[in-house]
Amino acid sequence: MAETIGFLQPRPAVIARRREIAADLADLLPPGCLISDERGLKPFETDAFIAYRRMPLLVALPETTKQVAAVLKYCSRYGIPVVPRGAGTSLSGGAIPQEDAVVIGLSKMSRILDIDFFNRTATVQAGVTNLNISEAVTADGFFYAPDPSSQLACTIGGNIGMNSGGAHCLKYGVTTNNLLGVKMVLFDGTIIDLGGKALDAAGYDLLGLICGSEGQLGIVTEATVRLIAKPEGARPVLFGFASSEAAGACVADVIGSGIIPVAMEFMDKPAIEICEAFAHAGYPLDVEALLIVEVEGSEAEMDAMLASIIDVARRHGVTTIKESQSALEAALIWKGRKSAFGATGRIADYICMDGTVPLSQLSHVLRRTGEIVASYGLRVANVFHAGDGNMHPLILYNINDPEDAARAESAGNDILRLCVDAGGCLTGEHGVGIEKRDLMLHQFTQTDLDQQMAARAAFDPQWILNPSKVFPLEGRPAA
Amino acid sequence: MIVHFEPASEEGIATVVRAMAADRASLAVIGGGTRSGLGNPVRADRVLSTRRLTGIVSYNPAEMTVSALAGTPLSEIEATLAENRQMLSFEPMDHRPVFATTGEPTIGGVFAANVSGPRRIIAGAARDSLLGVRFVNGSGDAIKAGGRVMKNVTGLDLVKLLAGAHGTLGILTEVTFRVLPKPPSSETVVVSGLNDAEAAAVMAEAMAQTVEVSGAAHLAESVRSRFIGGCLPDGAATVLRLEGLPASVSIRAEKLAKALERFGAVTRLDGERTAVLWSEIRDVKPYADGTERPLWRVSVAPSAGHQLVAALRLQTGVDAFYDWQGGLVWLRMEADPEAALVRRYIKALGGGHATLVRANDGFRAAIPSFEPQPAPVALLSERVREKFDPQRIFNPGRMQIVS
Repeated sequence: MAETIGFLQPRPAVIARRREIAADLADLLPPGCLISDERGLKPFETDAFIAYRRMPLLVALPETTKQVAAVLKYCSRYGIPVVPRGAGTSLSGGAIPQEDAVVIGLSKMSRILDIDFFNRTATVQAGVTNLNISEAVTADGFFYAPDPSSQLACTIGGNIGMNSGGAHCLKYGVTTNNLLGVKMVLFDGTIIDLGGKALDAAGYDLLGLICGSEGQLGIVTEATVRLIAKPEGARPVLFGFASSEAAGACVADVIGSGIIPVAMEFMDKPAIEICEAFAHAGYPLDVEALLIVEVEGSEAEMDAMLASIIDVARRHGVTTIKESQSALEAALIWKGRKSAFGATGRIADYICMDGTVPLSQLSHVLRRTGEIVASYGLRVANVFHAGDGNMHPLILYNINDPEDAARAESAGNDILRLCVDAGGCLTGEHGVGIEKRDLMLHQFTQTDLDQQMAARAAFDPQWILNPSKVFPLEGRPAA
Repeated sequence: MIVHFEPASEEGIATVVRAMAADRASLAVIGGGTRSGLGNPVRADRVLSTRRLTGIVSYNPAEMTVSALAGTPLSEIEATLAENRQMLSFEPMDHRPVFATTGEPTIGGVFAANVSGPRRIIAGAARDSLLGVRFVNGSGDAIKAGGRVMKNVTGLDLVKLLAGAHGTLGILTEVTFRVLPKPPSSETVVVSGLNDAEAAAVMAEAMAQTVEVSGAAHLAESVRSRFIGGCLPDGAATVLRLEGLPASVSIRAEKLAKALERFGAVTRLDGERTAVLWSEIRDVKPYADGTERPLWRVSVAPSAGHQLVAALRLQTGVDAFYDWQGGLVWLRMEADPEAALVRRYIKALGGGHATLVRANDGFRAAIPSFEPQPAPVALLSERVREKFDPQRIFNPGRMQIVS
């Protein structure tokens, strides 16, 4: 397809030295930890934002923090760009490399270092997957709360880079609210520790700044996260509505009435059909919109909370209410929701938007999204975290048809502008990456961005860390 | 005489800052001034207060977000939220009793100092509720960061950085934050007669139960009678708060009481007493005694709090009580702050930080109020500061290490 998103021009001096750099890095790493052949590099050329790809210069897969530091020190010394990578599940191109970049992949750093039930913390290496953490503590009655749909594959390091969310963050917050500390390597190889098992470290909240910085401030190699006691029970309930507007209004009213369920997920008719065909979760097919509302606690508490939610739903003309009758059914309901992106991928190529809007704007933005996509002659499926206004329209298109792809990208950009204009933001949990980079000036002024870039420069004065991402290529400070 | 600026607009603040930058003058930045004792003493040429920059800009209860100008009195915000049965979930401490200050705390001051109370262990700190800010940096530019929605990862999170920066990176002019429904019901389960180590284990046990404890504190025998008019049962009191829908709270309270019976005598406090007790814990009532006796606020892993106090007791005169499951230690020293000792033991017990909240002027001038950071982190923080306030106009000295 014709690419509309640009990358920085590769540094010819770096490309020219490729062979030498490979030899030097091989010296810094154990055998088998440097990939330099074309076949080996190929899997690293893109992430889950597959419309764009770039072959990296080299891929380093260090096994220790010290090795990460050695590679970074080398790269900063010679002005070689570095692109950090976890599992490569970014939907915004956050892990897409560039021709002159060394990818530092954390996949070999996948050990759980410490589980401390007394203090309710887990300390893990950055390459541990999100789900691994919960699995390691579930038998003892705990879990790690942020649960991105890709949690089977995505790593905690990537979660920190993107400040990942998930379906259950309505109650428990996103990564930044559950992160207690990190060990990280700065651009020049300096290793620092931020935070730890004690809350609210002294000095500036650098930990808060690191989280969601998309690999531009350093490379996190270890993280300490908060564990939470698993609720006694959890019950997802399906609410079907005759219109998306009614479902959207119901969400706002549930929250407004003082009830905060653990999760409130929205699907429109196309999304319901796609997910049901894939997961056979028992979603009603005769409704226009579906809410998955999950409550948790003891049986009595769940009953009480559900009764209040059902009251609100009735006021909005709910047509179907279906409670899960077993753990298996509950698991299927979530399987359908969490496989929404994968299931959509079976029927068409898609790009997934990630804007967040204030709850009062949900209905309006949903309606306008439908109109915008239709005006480009494309189809859309909506499946998203309604409780916090984080929308995920999936725009369906054909990746092999350049015109179709360009239309999808334009429609996506229109939708993101709509989200910002409605008082929201470009991205709620997927990150800016390259995907939304050139829309940043729609949400921020150049002065706002200048201040962010200044903060970035305090960590990476040479702009070698993931340099093509987040900030528009125009208007950057002179190197 | 020190010139006092009280601009009533963001543009007014920016104008003052640009003038200061041109004059190479420095500014002490204050809100209501009720927490000015936090951090190292500031020596500045002029004072700027945000107290005239007031008003709630927007509040939509159904969206659970509020935007307010930085000088808006906290009391006004809390009253407005209460009308809608909502609250600030992080329960900001009122520093007036401890510092014996008067005046009105402002919402900007709450976030600038990242002030959180007992519910911090479950609901996050002030910084976790802060969604967006506007501020004026040291060059006099008005900057927006964050937004007004819960989930937002657009660009670098400068919001977190500004929270807890004590006004040294910029002057907050507007804050947008998340609020939560006020729980209609609450109860406190009290376990009596435990020593500090036993209490730490009981609090950890309670937090591991599926009952959603929203406050876990241990009030040693020496301070117990200072709370709720002395009506806690005899002996040290380990107190655990439960909040939520009335039916749910009583079910959980019974469950928790049953689980903890084997540790000591268990009693329960009703909603009214619960409200009083936890606001007294939040505001450190036992040590709000009108004295200047040194007061430390120590944050360590919950398992380390009581060990720290036990170690210090062998060396010096100290009184203490615990919040945050034992991880927040309020340490009141009998005479000398013993900064080196306190900080050495914290390091030996796995790390954390000690903030010297109160001491006489002599000690305050000599002891870094905030925990000194390892050199690479301190260096990095200094580089960050330069990027916001290159001329060091704001609150000079506040967060620096006194050499």
